[in-house]
Amino acid sequence: MGISIDIRKNLGNFQLEIQWKSEVSRIGILGASGCGKSMTLKSIAGIETPDEGQICVDGKFLFDSGKKVNLKPQQRRVGYLFQNYALFPHMTVEKNIAAGLKGSKAENQKRVQEMVQKFRLDGLEKQLPGQLSGGQQQRVALARIMAYEPDVILLDEPFSALDGFLKDRLQLELEEMLQDYLGIVIMVSHNRDELYRFCDELVILDKGAVVVNGDTKALFARPRYKEAAKLTGCKNFSDVRRIDAHTAELTEWGIILNLQQELPENCTSFGYRAHDFVPIWGERRENCLKVQVLSKAELPFEVQYYLQTEKQSDVNSANMQIQVKHSGIEKDSSTVENVISWFIQREQQPLLAEKGLPDYLQMVEERCMFLE
Amino acid sequence: MEAVMDVWKDLDWSPLLISLKTGVVATFISFFMGIYAARKVVKASPVKKAILDGILTLPMVLPPTAAGFFLLLLFSRRRPLGILLYEQFDIKVVQTWLGCIIAATVISFPLMYRNARAAFEQIDVNLVYAARTLGMSETKIFWKIILPTAGPGIAAGTILTFARALGEYGATSMLAGNIPGKTGTISQKIAMVIQDGDYVTAGVWVVIVILIALCVVFFMNLILGKQMKNTKQW
Repeated sequence: MGISIDIRKNLGNFQLEIQWKSEVSRIGILGASGCGKSMTLKSIAGIETPDEGQICVDGKFLFDSGKKVNLKPQQRRVGYLFQNYALFPHMTVEKNIAAGLKGSKAENQKRVQEMVQKFRLDGLEKQLPGQLSGGQQQRVALARIMAYEPDVILLDEPFSALDGFLKDRLQLELEEMLQDYLGIVIMVSHNRDELYRFCDELVILDKGAVVVNGDTKALFARPRYKEAAKLTGCKNFSDVRRIDAHTAELTEWGIILNLQQELPENCTSFGYRAHDFVPIWGERRENCLKVQVLSKAELPFEVQYYLQTEKQSDVNSANMQIQVKHSGIEKDSSTVENVISWFIQREQQPLLAEKGLPDYLQMVEERCMFLE
Repeated sequence: MEAVMDVWKDLDWSPLLISLKTGVVATFISFFMGIYAARKVVKASPVKKAILDGILTLPMVLPPTAAGFFLLLLFSRRRPLGILLYEQFDIKVVQTWLGCIIAATVISFPLMYRNARAAFEQIDVNLVYAARTLGMSETKIFWKIILPTAGPGIAAGTILTFARALGEYGATSMLAGNIPGKTGTISQKIAMVIQDGDYVTAGVWVVIVILIALCVVFFMNLILGKQMKNTKQW
């Protein structure tokens, strides 16, 4: 088991350059819209052809520009779950499932029956896709792929068009359906939650290239690169200046961090997740930020504060003065970029109501991310 | 009224038969050729597409008599192709029923081609991709996925093609002439009797033509309606 990809393709406005290798069977590809995720999947399926490179699944080359190997999609045994499911609108559920089968009529019939049972489609065999609900359509699309017994299943943003409740149900369903599937599943998404729950390994893409790849949970804990940290949902970044092995200055936030662990030498950026700040009232402790509330957004289960550090407020007031002088210039965009986000869960809110806003936000050492 | 009854009683039905036969055969040929051409053009590169499209649509844009002129140039027994067909295969095109068919096919073909092409271009490309990843051969994809999904557009094209082939006049009169009982179609019959000032006979044929047209449209809408009900537009 395993997949290795090393492809390049010119996409006009940017160059796709994907290179990664994985031995696990549940892989996620995370990236912003238009970063080349779908193009990567389509290249694996053979729908698109890379300019050069290799795609190898379980030791079998699907594509190798050096050896002029380029298997047709029909020969690759790669299933593709499209975002809109791409069910054949004029065929009944049964016929859709049987579409890719090659055996005798009786064999196909048996296989379709198996799939209908497995994907709980009983009673819907004679229905057309247009008459089914979104969840049923997804099951038919999966049944159609599974009937064909592919070596790899590709999921192209399977949930991005769905509303919250249905999405949650379908995620659960998809996980169940794929539980006993032994092949490789690659899911592409711009939603980190979907990928976090589903994938053992993660590939993070940015502007057509792999930023980093590896174990999903490890990557979320230590993304290593700023772009990767952003894509895994980190909201707060500061430039960092390494003073010595255990101290660093967060230049944009204006504080010095003292650490037990050793600081990586080549780090240029510091990231801290909005959920991980610890509120402190009273005495200042180690690695604390003194902040000032800019604004606040109430969300269903948490409150998000937008904060500004002492240093930033100095800079901002300086900026303000400059702006007053040159009252034609646009507002400095860095004031928005450098705002610090802090999420506080609903359970903690009584504490805040009682004690008021904290004097300091402490950063816990294990949660600090030093990035390149 | 009596005059109409007299005409009706002595009516020579051969134009109806010739027109229907010509229409059916021409539609049949245009149907396959139009779909084939549409498929090729849809898959062609942009430049090739523009050139092919221009050539294939030409018979629709040209005056039918101009098309007839080209057909005569091609098939006349004084021209290479005409000579070859006659001497090698004993096939005569000019002044024969075969001429009727060729003229009607050439003129009606663009309607089939253009409608099929529009229908193909509207197909969700993911359906084709999905079919490919499911291992379906390109031929199977075409017949089992593309053609049925493009069904309504193709059916509409077929109606228009048949209607056009049925009523063809200009190119037919030049290539096949108007030989009663042989190449005399309804359109040519109407034109001929009007020249003789026989408005009653012309009127009878016009009514017949209208009835045929209504039948065809009604019948096709019936099929289309059934298909539309089950196919969800996406």
